[in-house]
Amino acid sequence: MRHTISVLVENKFGVLSRVAGLFSGRGYNIESLSVGETIDPQLSIMTIVTTGDDQIIEQITKQLNKLIDVIKVVDLTEIDHVEREMVLVKVAPKQEDKAEVLRLTEIFRGRVVDSSPRTYTVEITGDERKIEAFVELMKPFGIKEFVRTGKIAIAREGVKR
Amino acid sequence: MKMLGAQIVIECLKREGVKHIFGYPGGVVLNIFDLLYDDRDIQVILTRHEQGAVHAADGYARSTGKPGVALVTSGPGATNTVTGIATAYMDSIPIVVFSGQVPTMLIGNDAFQEADIVGITRPCTKHNYLVKDVKDLARIIREAFHIATTGRPGPVLIDLPKDVTSDKTQFVWPESVSLRGYNPKYEGNRWMIKQAAHAIQKAKRAVIVAGGGVIHSDATKELKELAEFTQIPVIMTLMGLGAFPGTHKLALGMPGMHGSYYANMAIQNSDLLIAVGMRFDDRVTGRIKDFAPEAKIIHIDIDPSSIRKNVRVDIPIVGDAKRVLKGILNVLKEEKEKNQWDEIRKAWLKQINRWKKEHPLTYEYDENVIKPQFVVEKLYELTKGDAIVATEVGQNQMWAAQFFKLNRPRSWLTSGGLGTMGYGFPAAMGAQVAHPNKTVIDIAGDGSIQMNIQELATCVTYKLPVKVAILNNRYLGMVRQWQELFYRERYSYSHLDTVPDFVKVAEAYGAVGLRAEHPSEVEPVIREALKVKDRPVFMDFIVDWKEKVFPMVPAGAAIHEMIFGEEKRPKKEKKLRAVK
Repeated sequence: MRHTISVLVENKFGVLSRVAGLFSGRGYNIESLSVGETIDPQLSIMTIVTTGDDQIIEQITKQLNKLIDVIKVVDLTEIDHVEREMVLVKVAPKQEDKAEVLRLTEIFRGRVVDSSPRTYTVEITGDERKIEAFVELMKPFGIKEFVRTGKIAIAREGVKR
Repeated sequence: MKMLGAQIVIECLKREGVKHIFGYPGGVVLNIFDLLYDDRDIQVILTRHEQGAVHAADGYARSTGKPGVALVTSGPGATNTVTGIATAYMDSIPIVVFSGQVPTMLIGNDAFQEADIVGITRPCTKHNYLVKDVKDLARIIREAFHIATTGRPGPVLIDLPKDVTSDKTQFVWPESVSLRGYNPKYEGNRWMIKQAAHAIQKAKRAVIVAGGGVIHSDATKELKELAEFTQIPVIMTLMGLGAFPGTHKLALGMPGMHGSYYANMAIQNSDLLIAVGMRFDDRVTGRIKDFAPEAKIIHIDIDPSSIRKNVRVDIPIVGDAKRVLKGILNVLKEEKEKNQWDEIRKAWLKQINRWKKEHPLTYEYDENVIKPQFVVEKLYELTKGDAIVATEVGQNQMWAAQFFKLNRPRSWLTSGGLGTMGYGFPAAMGAQVAHPNKTVIDIAGDGSIQMNIQELATCVTYKLPVKVAILNNRYLGMVRQWQELFYRERYSYSHLDTVPDFVKVAEAYGAVGLRAEHPSEVEPVIREALKVKDRPVFMDFIVDWKEKVFPMVPAGAAIHEMIFGEEKRPKKEKKLRAVK
């Protein structure tokens, strides 16, 4: 099963490689990982999406907790939470399709962040399903480039951790 | 007071109570070595290889319970420590390794003798540091010792760029350590402790399996009390040897691949398995799905990640072995009187005794050829068991584990997890530094001893009378054993064609060299060796090269599926160059 794990860590050099090394060294896989500073600049949060059976996820959580620079590990999968991801898609539609691309972008509440005579770069934010759906719709128009941030996630307020 | 980084290092070491450093100098650590030159409180033991320095620090730590310290230079000096660090990591041994590093402004430039040792050792240290600012130095050293010695112990490395050791700063000794990401849990959950006690009361066929954690947490007294109070037999893993007296009537020896028949049978037939400070290594469990099939499992460990890693656990207790065992005992003492236990265990202990008689740990004595087990037995007999025993890895290690009955903790130095050949001799040397008046023996093979043989020079220099018993069969014996049993007797690259004359090697270094080629010479050689108090001794025992370690659980088998010596196929030994 897929799990989204939120890891509060010391914002120091080398912490990312400790976490990444733990996953590669023990044969766990990382589907996505995103890191950023928190309000407290001494801390960062890593959101890691990984897959494994219950025993593997238990080990991942325990092994993460063992790292000295890891302060807190929360498996968000077990609690109600919000997940978001952002993608930037550069599409190169034919002249007659341009309007359709803009219309779909609007339906998905995306934004065109860059345009050129031949391309639009669209920013879309949402959960995984929304992003997948948008990407599927864009494919026929010709995707030139595509980048995604990896998931970030946060527990809903009032949820006991 | 303003101090140089190098002075801070030494001041911190003193405040941590360090008396000995195992080290090897080089360019970037000269600032520190210069200060050690006339320091009166800290003695540096100059080894002949950095790997030897780290194993020595490890042996020092295992035999004392205090952290061992090594100091090496950058680049190759640092990379040479990796095997030692990984060895300590797998066996949870508290050591602190200081490595030099090129000056901070050169880091990343592929400078002379530069290696990213923090990156290299990241997966085999409990934690590691690169000190970038002399202001952080005292705090980092304090944290390193704290991390190495608390919770589940382990090695910590501190990488010291040369300029950090020559920069000056105000010295402030941090009175306490606060790490928000590190809070080992010592107290076991009280409800779980109660559950464990109740399970013990209900069990008819209970067995304790004690690991290295019992020794680390100093819980041998509590373990003995629990075992005696409840009349539960005790099995010790390779790392746990010495945690419970080996000669005690409740002691069943070692489990697993080369464990005793009765230990393995007791586990397989138990209805309750109490695992204390052990981590269900694959060499202990054999085929995991058939391990202890009827047993409820209580698992006590300070490291939460050890629990449910390999086996299902019914009653997990995260905590310090000493406190948890005490807790269980208290509950039991409140609820039941002692006399009932004998009654409950009667049938079970009787069954175990039957197993003991069926297949005792034994070997066939030969009056013409020295059997390696005979050497170990004689060492045990002539030291009356009062020795610190180190081993290398392979057959020598298993025979030592089987036939040297240890009665005290911290008297057994062996690389259990990593299985490092070349560990025993430098580890014995480290233990001898800590215990100058004790008999320290390394039980070695002719293969292993050659992996760190250079430390003879260190032992001679510092007058360390380490006794090395080389079970010389001219083979990588354990490899040969597997090849004989599982690879159709194809002895691919396991015969050590050229083995040096160990007596001459010893003498060349200024040590004592002795040899025994006949069983009648074994005792005199050991007696002679034990008399030497001022230099190391090599005892070269020319042993039966055909001898194998039994019982044996073949890889992938369940632990009751053991093979024994007498079951071996009819003798069809291929003609191989005879030994000697």
